[in-house]
Amino acid sequence: MWLFALPALLINVCIILIPALLTLMAAFFFWDGVGTPVWAGLANFQSLSDDPVFWSALTNNFIWTAIFLIIPMCLALVMAAALMMAPHSRIVVQSIIFLPRILAAAITGRIFQGMIFSPVTGLLGWLNAHGFSISDPLADPDRSLYAVAAVDIWHWWGFLAVVFFAAMRQISVDQIEAARLDGAGFFALLRYVLLPGIRPTLALMMILTVIWSFQVFEFIYIVTQGGPAYGSEVLATLAYRHAFFESDVGKATAAACVMSLFGLCATSVYLWLQSRDGSHPA
Amino acid sequence: MIESRLNRTLCLILIGVASFSSLLPIMLAVMNALKTTVEISTNPLALPSQLHWENFTSAWKNAALGTSLLHSAEVTGLAIILVCVTAAPCAYVLARQQGRGWRFLTFYFMASITVPVQLYLYPLYFIFAKLGLVNSIPAVALVYTAMFSPFSIFLLRTYVLSIPYALEEAAQVDGATAWQKFFYVILPMMRPGLLTVAIIVGLNAWNEFVIAVTFLQNDGNVTAIVKFYNLTGQYSTDWGAMLAAAVTIVLPVVLVFVLLQRRFIDGMTAGAVKS
Repeated sequence: MWLFALPALLINVCIILIPALLTLMAAFFFWDGVGTPVWAGLANFQSLSDDPVFWSALTNNFIWTAIFLIIPMCLALVMAAALMMAPHSRIVVQSIIFLPRILAAAITGRIFQGMIFSPVTGLLGWLNAHGFSISDPLADPDRSLYAVAAVDIWHWWGFLAVVFFAAMRQISVDQIEAARLDGAGFFALLRYVLLPGIRPTLALMMILTVIWSFQVFEFIYIVTQGGPAYGSEVLATLAYRHAFFESDVGKATAAACVMSLFGLCATSVYLWLQSRDGSHPA
Repeated sequence: MIESRLNRTLCLILIGVASFSSLLPIMLAVMNALKTTVEISTNPLALPSQLHWENFTSAWKNAALGTSLLHSAEVTGLAIILVCVTAAPCAYVLARQQGRGWRFLTFYFMASITVPVQLYLYPLYFIFAKLGLVNSIPAVALVYTAMFSPFSIFLLRTYVLSIPYALEEAAQVDGATAWQKFFYVILPMMRPGLLTVAIIVGLNAWNEFVIAVTFLQNDGNVTAIVKFYNLTGQYSTDWGAMLAAAVTIVLPVVLVFVLLQRRFIDGMTAGAVKS
């Protein structure tokens, strides 16, 4: 029977497990990726903690986590509840808000750069020409992280709303009708009936949000490359920069280890939940 | 009654605003893909005065989009085949076998779903560089197989669990081996699951960025996404052609989505929702 699982396991071990173990090892070596690794002890971690960019990247990961635990979650919950109240527009609206999720990050990133944020060709430029005065957030170290987060929120929140809506539809109709007959308004219904009804789904999505927030890479690398002036740098872009642009694989793998450590805490909660009721994310 | 009508109006306004903001960047991209650069910078919100289809031909020719789209199709097709072939039998045994070893294997695959790419990317890249696998399309497809098979295994496992065990017992009584049971009993009933897996793996492989941009460096064999990414760094002033390229790359995905939306949405939300 082992033969059935062997191909999948073999590929997984060769591509993920062995390189992951090598990453844990490489963090303790000086290595440029090509030459012979030299034992470094904790020097890579020391050089990370001496690097102010590391600390601002870590802070940015925490900011990112907070943003994604609040904004897309609230938007998605309100939207899912609104869909529950509007049975006629469901199918079309679900497809529309799901659409951003299927576009490639590289394309979404570029469209936002050119059509939204650009002061020359974008919505922002148009607003500036019509009496507003908003500078390009992507050029501002203090705002670039939030601008990229806005792109990722656009990409993500509709999917989340569809997930929550699917969960809300599992709540018994009687319970919702009873609450409405008792005179519950939109927010009362959301607070006392819908929210408790989807608690397992909500918990799972929040844990996954934490896991993904510490891994975030694509949108930031595509839109700002962590800049300007490291303003939007996170651990993943910092690690990538050290590995491929500064030939310091030791430091890169050390950063990857720190990043994974934070994810690991959330992952253990996730695994505990999953093994308890056996489901899986897509 | 008045209150509930107010609620309903509020909901409809909310739904309208949400749909509009989801569509706005996409509409802007499609509209401006048909304008000249001068027209775009004069007013990005205006409809094109005249449809400049030449943006599409120039994007196709200058960016050599044809070959890169072909590479995307190769990577995507290979990844779909490899995932389906390896995940289906694995899902079957994980659903049917009991015991500590199998429980550990289930746990292992579950854990590998959440492993960040960054944890294995760097050693993997330098190993592939040593083995001469950088710039190889099949090697990238192999990495995608490892990345996307764990969740596929769990999706397919739920399909196997829903197949009555009595069917297998009947085959067993008739003297079927494990492989015969898998091929003639399980696999035909897994088919809708395999289609869902193919769609999700296909979408992820087509859109994937990190692995593709790291492992495919030779401009002659990059995927469409990487080609688009590299190109826009170089010529980011020609927004008309750039947006035309974006629309061309996204079009196949959107077409499949429109045709098979239910399967897309159900497959991608499965697991987060328990029924």
